[in-house]
Amino acid sequence: MTDDRKPETPVKPVPEAAPKVRVSSRELEKRRMFLRSIGAGITVVGLSLVGFFPIIKRLFNRLRPPGALIEQKFLAACIKCGQCVQVCPVEAIKLADGDEGFGLGVPYIDARQQACDFSCDAVQCVLACPTGALTHEIAKKEEVRMGLARLARPDACLAMRGEGFKGLARGAAFTGLHRYVEVDRWTPIRIADHSYDLELCDLCVRECPITGAISLQPVSAHAGDKRRMPVVTSACVGCGACEMMCPAEPAAIVVDPKILKERTA
Amino acid sequence: MKKFLRHFALMFGAAPQKPEAADVTPAGKALMKFKKTPEQVKLRKELIAHEHEHPVYSSKWKYRRWVSIILLNLLFIISYWFDVQLVEGALTASRFVGFHMADLNGALQVMLAYKEVMLNLVIGTVTVVLAWWFVGGRAFCSWICPYHLLAEWAEWLHLKLVAMGWAKDHPFHRSLRAVLWFAFLALALVTGYTVFEFVNPVGIVSRALIYGPTIALLWVLFLLGIEVFYSRRFWCRYVCPIGLSYGITGAVSPLQVEYNLEKCLHEGECRKVCLVPHVLEVTKMGYASDAFEYIGADCTRCGMCIDACPQNALRFKLRGLDKII
Repeated sequence: MTDDRKPETPVKPVPEAAPKVRVSSRELEKRRMFLRSIGAGITVVGLSLVGFFPIIKRLFNRLRPPGALIEQKFLAACIKCGQCVQVCPVEAIKLADGDEGFGLGVPYIDARQQACDFSCDAVQCVLACPTGALTHEIAKKEEVRMGLARLARPDACLAMRGEGFKGLARGAAFTGLHRYVEVDRWTPIRIADHSYDLELCDLCVRECPITGAISLQPVSAHAGDKRRMPVVTSACVGCGACEMMCPAEPAAIVVDPKILKERTA
Repeated sequence: MKKFLRHFALMFGAAPQKPEAADVTPAGKALMKFKKTPEQVKLRKELIAHEHEHPVYSSKWKYRRWVSIILLNLLFIISYWFDVQLVEGALTASRFVGFHMADLNGALQVMLAYKEVMLNLVIGTVTVVLAWWFVGGRAFCSWICPYHLLAEWAEWLHLKLVAMGWAKDHPFHRSLRAVLWFAFLALALVTGYTVFEFVNPVGIVSRALIYGPTIALLWVLFLLGIEVFYSRRFWCRYVCPIGLSYGITGAVSPLQVEYNLEKCLHEGECRKVCLVPHVLEVTKMGYASDAFEYIGADCTRCGMCIDACPQNALRFKLRGLDKII
């Protein structure tokens, strides 16, 4: 930053008679500060725009909490406060980290770890949202459309193989919670504390919180064929309870977040 | 009105100016003339010499503030972890015993990006604007903001390094903050994303305190590094749009730091400790236009100048209170 940088900064007019242009050190420092400030401004704005990268690259396809607006509007409307996180009785909602760009601080659900099982009964996260990013237009769980369940790995599905299931759905170490109405109407318990003994595995249907969203259908017309296929209907809200419950590893049934549908639409 | 506009311009980056002779009140003029008499100059020099021999340090307001910042942020943490539901949410938006609060700058970003406004957000924003108008706008910065506390510690380190000659402060032009304030509002409007929130250390720190650490904290560490080694209070002084939003809110706040020209010895102890020293230019000889002056919009009401002033020439004042009682 010497004299050759002069054209970039406003220079006080110098009388023509002056033989040499002498710039005082104070004036020089002022110019440096000016350039530094422009540089800092551009850097801060530039860095903030890095947040576009994961969005444009579509690095994350998150399952958003119940009532979430379409992805772009959701990221815009969310004020990143985490009130939805705080009210969720099963702690299904997490906040995204900085690697998700503009998604930083925005809530999502990792259904395999902890699905939304509507234990709260009244979509509490929607009620907690101060900005309407989780739209208040929905009032009951049946109106939610977070995504859609899909039998992604039919070969791994126990029902498709005609097999039963005995034991803990996700092993003893699994921390996920689920509300078993027959055990405790009000309080969700650990899935690891609830063992099953099923002749034919129907966990995805049995633990689905929505009536008529999923059912087991015969695979063939043959009466002796024990095999059944989980069939998802349009009543499915995409909460991910089936994905969390599925004893196959990785899960045979998964939820496709709404964002995937938005992109193909 | 003229004074108010000057405070406002100062906040947006204008350089402090000596008042024109016509704008100085008779009381101000008389005091200034009195202060320049040879006896008074001599007396002032003696007083300053005495101060230097018997320095008085006070950290009263500093520690009160630290307690305030820590307690309030702790309240958020406790509310969540022990499910007390006193203050739910984070500093970007919360519910205080059920009542909506929304960070002013965050709410602005959301409104511009989303282009629809929910009633809850309006309630939250109005509540916050009223509350912070009363206690002085940028009081948010020094009494609540957790990044401010970290930055204060970074500043302490920076000043140590400067004293040892290991670092040098690189000031920036203060209008940078105003430019960025508009830039981020424009970015929210144009891109439809709350762009600023991606680099907002206040949100990042507040959420990390409540919901657990994130890798986004590395950005906060980087900023603190800049403040320790390169530029004193870089973020708060030259960048943070939240500070400016609150500054605008508290521009006509009843809670002010009041300057008493008569008591002042014009040494500049207050300007040395101030986060926004331009607001204290009024304490320079010849800059005050009245016997009493309010420090102005950009002041964070941190009280460090009150602690630093050996002559008690600065104090907190609730404007208009004397007229009521």
